[in-house]
Amino acid sequence: MLRFALRRLLIAIPLLVVASILVFVLVVNTGDPLEDMRTNPRIPKGQIALQEHKLGLDQPVTVRYWRWVSKAVHGDFGKDNKDRPVWPQVKRALFVTLRLVLLAQIIAVLIGVTIGVISAVRQYSWFDYAATGISFFLFSMPIVAVAAFLRYIGALRVNEWLGRTKNPLIKVQGDRTFPSKCTPNNPGACGLRAGLYDFATHALLPTLALLLITYAGYSRFQRASMLETLSSDYTRTARAKGITERRVIMRHAFRNSLIPVTTIMALDFGAIIGGAIITETIFEWRGMGRLLIDSINKIDPNILLCWLMITATCVIVFNIIADLLYAVLDPRIRLG
Amino acid sequence: MAEIITRQAVVEESTTPMPGPGPDREFTVEARSQWKTIVRRFVHHRLAMISLFLFVLLVIASIIGPPLWKYKFDQTLRKPAGSGPNWLSPTWEHPFGISRTGYDQLALVMRGLQYSIRIALVVVVVSTVLGVVIGAISGYFGKWIDTISMRFVDLMLIIPFQVAVACLQRNVKGSNWLWLALFLAGFSWMGLARIIRGEFLSLREKEFVEAARAVGAKPMRIIFRQILPNALGPIIVSATLAVGGAVLAEAALSFIGLGVKQPDTSLGFLIERGKGEAATKPYLFWWPVVILCIISLTVNFVGDGLRDAFDPRQNRVRA
Repeated sequence: MLRFALRRLLIAIPLLVVASILVFVLVVNTGDPLEDMRTNPRIPKGQIALQEHKLGLDQPVTVRYWRWVSKAVHGDFGKDNKDRPVWPQVKRALFVTLRLVLLAQIIAVLIGVTIGVISAVRQYSWFDYAATGISFFLFSMPIVAVAAFLRYIGALRVNEWLGRTKNPLIKVQGDRTFPSKCTPNNPGACGLRAGLYDFATHALLPTLALLLITYAGYSRFQRASMLETLSSDYTRTARAKGITERRVIMRHAFRNSLIPVTTIMALDFGAIIGGAIITETIFEWRGMGRLLIDSINKIDPNILLCWLMITATCVIVFNIIADLLYAVLDPRIRLG
Repeated sequence: MAEIITRQAVVEESTTPMPGPGPDREFTVEARSQWKTIVRRFVHHRLAMISLFLFVLLVIASIIGPPLWKYKFDQTLRKPAGSGPNWLSPTWEHPFGISRTGYDQLALVMRGLQYSIRIALVVVVVSTVLGVVIGAISGYFGKWIDTISMRFVDLMLIIPFQVAVACLQRNVKGSNWLWLALFLAGFSWMGLARIIRGEFLSLREKEFVEAARAVGAKPMRIIFRQILPNALGPIIVSATLAVGGAVLAEAALSFIGLGVKQPDTSLGFLIERGKGEAATKPYLFWWPVVILCIISLTVNFVGDGLRDAFDPRQNRVRA
């Protein structure tokens, strides 16, 4: 097992190196960071050349790549177009987004697996039909539609129903209330409890939106996997031995049926980031989505590079986790 | 009738050197009926048929709608004299209302739908060809070709594809829908390539491939004439589902402002335009959203129906 884990970790290093090259090529092809300066006739040529030299744009791509990567491995991602350090901005955005994604993901897996198992155990019951129908529907829904529905219709109705139209309970804009500093003038932001409450009222709908479309995939997947284990030979053997049905389901079928879902969960990361960007846009969060959109629009290469490298690293890490989980859960993989 | 008879005669003639025409004829009959059963199974899938009908209706509306509808997408409407501030709201004259800049929203939506479908078709055709060719070559030849192409697939999956497409298409000036479609296709063939590779890995060991090789067929002929027709099921299903995926991916990109740009349009573009007024002028925002949902739902139902038709043993679940 240790050797397997080490091998997977070692493969990740060349993968990261190649990914960094790919990311750099992508960002170089995103556009010219000095586009605005060049189109402005009032800016003298010399100033543009100076800026070009400062950003290193006058160097060949290989040199620029080497300059960037040799700093990046030390954790220095450089400065953005406005001379602010990149890493604190990305770190803040990443924190906001990860909070949302992880929360949604955990709840989605719990709900998805539970519904999938019940559906499979009671196959062709009304519960199964209803659950399968709903999850098919949600699975096909674009995240834009779900998030917009929750924001523009759901939140409005609930707040109206609670009689809180002036000071709505469910917030739909931003990831927290501003100002968030604890001052005597702003006692609402003081203490852990107030902070958590504020987070909960803001995060409720975005989490729900992400969760609704991701749970659907898990429940469909879990149902299929559970049906497969339920009809397998070892389940029949367990039943034949006279073990109670409950024990057969929980100990024999359920445990093994979790294997595929664990890997899907880890491998889905890229798709979830895509969904999170849309959700954040609808609810006006200032997370990774906003940062990405701004940096592409303004062509801010260093932010973009840092953003892409962080997500690429996340994807690689989650892939390794998936592989390791698979190996822990299914000994056949380890030996193969 | 005469043609059929002559063709049958030709079949019998050509099979005479084989050990008896009986089994051979049985084989051709079976091959035809396999497709017939698939079609029959699909036709009996009621939801899939309704979905197909709805989807085709939408496609037709997107093609013949704009020239038939009395308002054009670029025809500015003037505020009628004496009308109140609500003159933009939906009426019988303008079922979807009038956009903020004074255009008929129905005309805009039909044009957006047309672009969305156009983009999706380009994405599906290009990405299916890419996926099939790469998957087939990788699975058939194996060894280092397989290793390299599958590592390449892994690599392509590391960067979230919407982000990569958004970066690349930032450079395109002016009309960009075709570029957007090509970029999307360039980053969405990997799933199909993996499926096709898997199919080829098992199919290349079959006797008919060995027979073809023994006859002296070249690898390309074996891949595209012998093996590929046997892997048609997964290709058709995946291409169908890819239509929905492409429409959604394009809408997502345009919605965050990194997809299609003026003078082009799409459903996502219209959604983005209506976003600011979703609370006050809901009709501007929700119609494109609803149509987007219908496309996604119907395409998934058709895909599910096709999957059941091709392989009834398989569970009705998509990973």
